[in-house]
Amino acid sequence: MFGKIIGWIDDRIPMTRVWNMHIAQYPAPKNFNFWYFFGSLAMLVLVNQIVTGIWLTMNFVPSAEGAFASVEYIMRDVEYGWLLRYLHSTGASAFFIVVYLHMFRGMIYGSYQKPRELLWLFGMFIFLALMAEAFMGYLLPWGQMSFWGAQVIISLFGAIPVIGDDLTLWIRGDYVISGATLNRFFALHVIALPLVIVILVFLHIVALHEVGSNNPDGVEIKRKKGTVAEEDKPKFKFHEYYTNKKDIVDAIPFHPYYTVKDIVGVVGFLILFCWVVFFMPAMNGFFLEAPNFEAANPLKTPEHIFPVWYFTPFYAILRAIPDKLIGVIAMGASIVVLALLPWIDRGSVRSIRYRCGFHKLNIAQFVVTFVILGWVGATPQTDFKTLLSQITTVTYFMFFVLLFVYSKNEKTKPLPTRLTK
Amino acid sequence: MMKKLIIGLFALLPSLTMAAGPSVPLMDANIDLKDNASLQRGAKLFMNYCLGCHQMQYQRYERTFRDIGIPTEIGQEQLIFDGSKVGSHIKNAIDKDDAAKWFGAAPPDLTLVARVRGTDWIYTYLKSFYKDESRPFGVNNVVFPSVGMPHVLQELQGLPTPITEEVEEHGHTVTKVVGTETDGSGEMSDDEYDRAARDLTNFLAYVGEPSRLESEAIGIKVIGFLVILFILAFMLKKEYWRDVH
Amino acid sequence: MSNAPVDNGRRRFLTIATSVVGGVGAAGAAVPFIASWNPSERAKSAGAPVEVDISKLEPGQLIRVEWRGKPVWVINRTPKMLEQMKEHEGQLRDPASEEPQQPESSTNEYRSQRPEIFVAVGICTHLGCSPSFLQGGFGEKVEGTDDGFFCPCHGSKFDMAGRVFQSVPAPLNLEIPPYTFLDDTTILVGEEKGVA
Repeated sequence: MFGKIIGWIDDRIPMTRVWNMHIAQYPAPKNFNFWYFFGSLAMLVLVNQIVTGIWLTMNFVPSAEGAFASVEYIMRDVEYGWLLRYLHSTGASAFFIVVYLHMFRGMIYGSYQKPRELLWLFGMFIFLALMAEAFMGYLLPWGQMSFWGAQVIISLFGAIPVIGDDLTLWIRGDYVISGATLNRFFALHVIALPLVIVILVFLHIVALHEVGSNNPDGVEIKRKKGTVAEEDKPKFKFHEYYTNKKDIVDAIPFHPYYTVKDIVGVVGFLILFCWVVFFMPAMNGFFLEAPNFEAANPLKTPEHIFPVWYFTPFYAILRAIPDKLIGVIAMGASIVVLALLPWIDRGSVRSIRYRCGFHKLNIAQFVVTFVILGWVGATPQTDFKTLLSQITTVTYFMFFVLLFVYSKNEKTKPLPTRLTK
Repeated sequence: MMKKLIIGLFALLPSLTMAAGPSVPLMDANIDLKDNASLQRGAKLFMNYCLGCHQMQYQRYERTFRDIGIPTEIGQEQLIFDGSKVGSHIKNAIDKDDAAKWFGAAPPDLTLVARVRGTDWIYTYLKSFYKDESRPFGVNNVVFPSVGMPHVLQELQGLPTPITEEVEEHGHTVTKVVGTETDGSGEMSDDEYDRAARDLTNFLAYVGEPSRLESEAIGIKVIGFLVILFILAFMLKKEYWRDVH
Repeated sequence: MSNAPVDNGRRRFLTIATSVVGGVGAAGAAVPFIASWNPSERAKSAGAPVEVDISKLEPGQLIRVEWRGKPVWVINRTPKMLEQMKEHEGQLRDPASEEPQQPESSTNEYRSQRPEIFVAVGICTHLGCSPSFLQGGFGEKVEGTDDGFFCPCHGSKFDMAGRVFQSVPAPLNLEIPPYTFLDDTTILVGEEKGVA
């Protein structure tokens, strides 16, 4: 009976084939480590954001008069409204934590290198869409930080020569941030950008499954047909779509091995996530900033305004440069340069495990740089911090310059022929 | 190596607090959201001394009474002064424009003040009024210089006098108010006033986030459940991965 | 790859145990989403009991008050209305109010706590329209009864106690809300004091 239903469906849409090709008989390298949890976790957080977002929309009032009060209405009057809201606000920060770690994984194991350039680019587009999504979402509670943060970020477009002023006016739809801005941001936040993100995530996964996952050794598991001895082939059944083209070594089917492993990651993540949601949703002012509990007041700027933590590294680069236009360009460049990694890195060895010592140092300094930038961008400016942000802005870009230089003729360690464990 | 690095960086996070420190150290409010007696005293203080000017426009009487253990009828009788229905928001009838004229700025809504300012700030603020004839209401405040409101709790605390200190600042010697000293003219002793300030702060903290206790009660169960699920999932993973290793 | 035999029993047990516990978790996670559709504190506050002053209610007069967003009628019935109600009982679906459309205190021949004062939710039990009060003009619909209610949507007819006539679409008598006489001239609609 069950088989008959499946058969009926399979005659009409390729359910079983897709399940086998992409899940049950999809060859994944057997040596994924801790860093490989963040892809599935990003999906989990995306689902959380979409579902809680839909539920928040049911009670949110997208107007300058009603937005702030409607958020408090959700927090106080709607049953479990506070939980829905905290799940969404904590989810926003969790999304960036997970995505940053996911990107870092790609950097240390060279997952952007040939043939995964497009995969990396789709990922960068997701990151961009996510930043826009988060930025527009942050305006919606209509608190002081919402208002003045949006004011500052939108003013950045004013740095563009000639059209700048008209452009900011057009984005706002008013002479200041107003209900008009709120309404268009609301529409983009709840409909347009989520659609874009979902489509990009789909493309990201399609691209991933076409080229296959990289792994911590950076050694391909798909070999030229006929080069792998029969006894070296894994005992598992993989879909012929993969085995017809290539011989496969050291792989395991995604399901059940990585599904059960990802469940462990998901539950572990949820423990941390729920701890924040239930016990410290404001996260010391990092996830929910204190001034945002005050309704937007166009006549009074809060004493210190900062973007939310996930924007602060890029914001610090903007502030480090004393010229508005160049600052904006530098900030844009700091993101674009990440997207260009596949072409900046001219090496052929992917994983940090087999690359030169200088590469390890370079990555370490990049991490430190990123954290310092984040800290400087999130705290009030002082002379020392301005200097610090200028130094780290240089070291941020130096990472890419150095990588471009040394990766051409890098002294690498010999690669293993098979995956290590 | 990378794992340790990341963990270390996360451990650093809490030290990067965002708020700029005020000029004087804040006193520890040391509140207890579970202390209903304190919350009830705080509610009474708020309704009597604050609500005349400050609203809690997002919070309802009925919910407040329920959460802090006041029977609806008693609350209606003793804590609602303007005849509002018990289901209404905690509001006053003050005209915003008039208030702005009297105080220089309309008195802010206090529903979320504990989340904007923090409880230590509120507690310190309530204890930091001092006599200053140069101000329109004859008082000033250590943590809120040039404060625009009178010391409404003066009948309880009395009118404290400032304690000053000579401080070097940019090469000049300036006199700074660093604390206050009560003058004994109030109805309450210092300890009683401390308790009153703490009760009021506690109540404001509750109103700032009325779901706090419920959230923690649910949270502990959710996390307990997830730990069990984690153990099961981990065993399941180990079992399947025996095929691989 | 180890050569140890796969323990299928253990594997099946763990799979089922994890699925069941995970399923319980998913169900638990659904609770806030489902509960958030319940009436909020605002809706409950707006639906709180309403006080009605009936000191100026003339005999034969109907006033409408809003309770939980629904029209509630309060009518001061004349002795003639009360008299005529007894005459058409044979034409009613539920003349003795056997269906639970009223609180205990109103389960009587007048469907009210006091004979002359009638309180009812003015919503037709058919599809939710609000019937019109035909004062003196109901005789066209039911012979021998001068006053009654007529639903403009589908022609349902009710008498002065909100009882439905036979052969109309409405299946039940009009609903009587819980109410209390706070004093001689004030009714609290929405709550019956002294009744749990």
